[in-house]
Amino acid sequence: MAQTRREMLIDPLVDNNPITLQVLGICSALAVTSSLKVAFVMAIAVTLVTGFSSMFISMIRSQIPGSIRIIVQMVIIASLVIIVDQILKAYAFEISKTLSVFVGLIITNCIVMGRAEAFAMKNPPVASFIDGVGNGLGYGLILMLVGVVRELFGSGSLFGVTILQTVNNGGWYVPNGLLLLPPSAFFVIGLLIWAFRSWKPEQVEEREYKIQIVEAH
Amino acid sequence: MGLRSFFDRIEPNFVKGGKYEKLFPVYEMVESFLYTPKTVTTAAPHARSYIDMKRIMTYVVIATIPCIILGLYNVGLQANFALGNFDPSGWRAWILSAFGIGFNPANPLANFLHGALYFLPIYITTLVVGGIWEVIFATVRGHEVNEGFLVTSMLYALILPATAPLWQVALGISFGVVIGKEVFGGTGKNFLNPALTGRAFLYFAYPAQMSGDSIWVPVDGYSGATALSIGASQGYQDLAANGMTWASSFIGTIPGSIGETSTLACLIGLAFLLITKIANWRLVVGCLGGMIGFSLLLNVVGSDSNPMFAMPWYWHLVIGGYAFGLVFMVTEPVSASHTNVGRYIYGALIGFMVVMIRVINPAFPEGMMLAILFGNVFAPLIDYFVVQANIKRRAKRHV
Repeated sequence: MAQTRREMLIDPLVDNNPITLQVLGICSALAVTSSLKVAFVMAIAVTLVTGFSSMFISMIRSQIPGSIRIIVQMVIIASLVIIVDQILKAYAFEISKTLSVFVGLIITNCIVMGRAEAFAMKNPPVASFIDGVGNGLGYGLILMLVGVVRELFGSGSLFGVTILQTVNNGGWYVPNGLLLLPPSAFFVIGLLIWAFRSWKPEQVEEREYKIQIVEAH
Repeated sequence: MGLRSFFDRIEPNFVKGGKYEKLFPVYEMVESFLYTPKTVTTAAPHARSYIDMKRIMTYVVIATIPCIILGLYNVGLQANFALGNFDPSGWRAWILSAFGIGFNPANPLANFLHGALYFLPIYITTLVVGGIWEVIFATVRGHEVNEGFLVTSMLYALILPATAPLWQVALGISFGVVIGKEVFGGTGKNFLNPALTGRAFLYFAYPAQMSGDSIWVPVDGYSGATALSIGASQGYQDLAANGMTWASSFIGTIPGSIGETSTLACLIGLAFLLITKIANWRLVVGCLGGMIGFSLLLNVVGSDSNPMFAMPWYWHLVIGGYAFGLVFMVTEPVSASHTNVGRYIYGALIGFMVVMIRVINPAFPEGMMLAILFGNVFAPLIDYFVVQANIKRRAKRHV
């Protein structure tokens, strides 16, 4: 085992982040980050699903026939997502309404499938669980960062608590309406990736082409 | 030549190995702004032309002069006209009274100066904030600041409403320069028009200050709807009842963004750009063709509930910034298509989209801005298909 368990948990946060390095799971990151509360719930949901689905898949990994492994993985993931969805509907109905279809769409989140295929099929259950939780947290970290920017500057609050008093409520802050629209998450995630890669240049991909300098004769 | 020798004396400090080597882009910017660039092509390719980037950009700025003059006049005219019902207040009123210029809408000079007092703060903010970003990126990346920014900042300032708050102006140009241009590698690598990117950012971020009826005439409490919004709600036939005849829209004495109301001024700029071959006429033909064709089609189709269907093409031409976009944004060489056939398609796509957005979706009054950005995104794809078609055609010939 090349990685220690600590590395499995910590690595996906920054060095191998599923959103900023592997650019997976972007769709839900666009949709659910306009308020922090929703982003937080989504982050927990994805972390739990990734962790447990990796663990269960890893437990039966030697019994799964290779040709139908994706279907088996999907069944496990879908069952977990249904459980999460039901719990949310029972205990946090408002948030579940805002998240709407995106809880169900955790099934199609590339991060969950990616970890199942890339890690859980080859590693023991405990390691798979830690790896899944780590990746879920990496996803959650970005979700929260984007959520902070979008909610703070888009509606002047954090977790629904007013930080910047907006003009409509008699304050001074003019909220930036663009940040409440889903496309703004593209800009925020793009800037985050830019920041991460400036901080850790080893994350920058190789250029697909090189500009060649031809010497003058 | 005191200035030249001054530059020659301080230059060693900035070239490689000098004390301020990192600040070379700043030095280069100031020097090439004042003198012709020293570096000229010596090796292959051997095609030489007078038209370097500096000259292109300077020509475009020159072409905007009629728009600036008529735009400032119009902003002042609208303000002074509206002030008949209100008391002038604020620092602009103070300056105008202090010099005894007054607020008479019949006095062109008073109008022009009043407009300038709105335009200059916006323009200076744009130059300073955008310029700082340009210098930061140039210094970090070691490339040169070039004159393209002068064009971007001028166009950006001209397409804002006169009432735009300065901090929003600063935010918009920052977004335009950084996200619209620098993240892709700077001038020449931007696939979107930076000025429009900044404007679109403001439009979506702060719709209250960038759209609606009360922002176009810079007098508090005065509501002056744009021709487009009247056309959408009452039909173009009613424009005359609101003081907008076709002739006044053509000359540009209607409410709108600072520099884009006057079709006449834009056409003068267009003539200049076409004669100097900065603008490609195929883009203009394509864009006019797309707009005229589609609006004629909608005239024929007609609609009982949507009066915009009936708006004829010559009204589309003179209102809502179509002419300004056509002359200065569609013809921008970097973000347009680069193949000749592609230029017709690109222009026609924008012309079609403008009418489409204005007529079918009047919720977005900024039809031209969105249409051009849409066209920008498709330009590389259009080029790709044109090139592929050409390859196929030639391959068939060579059996």
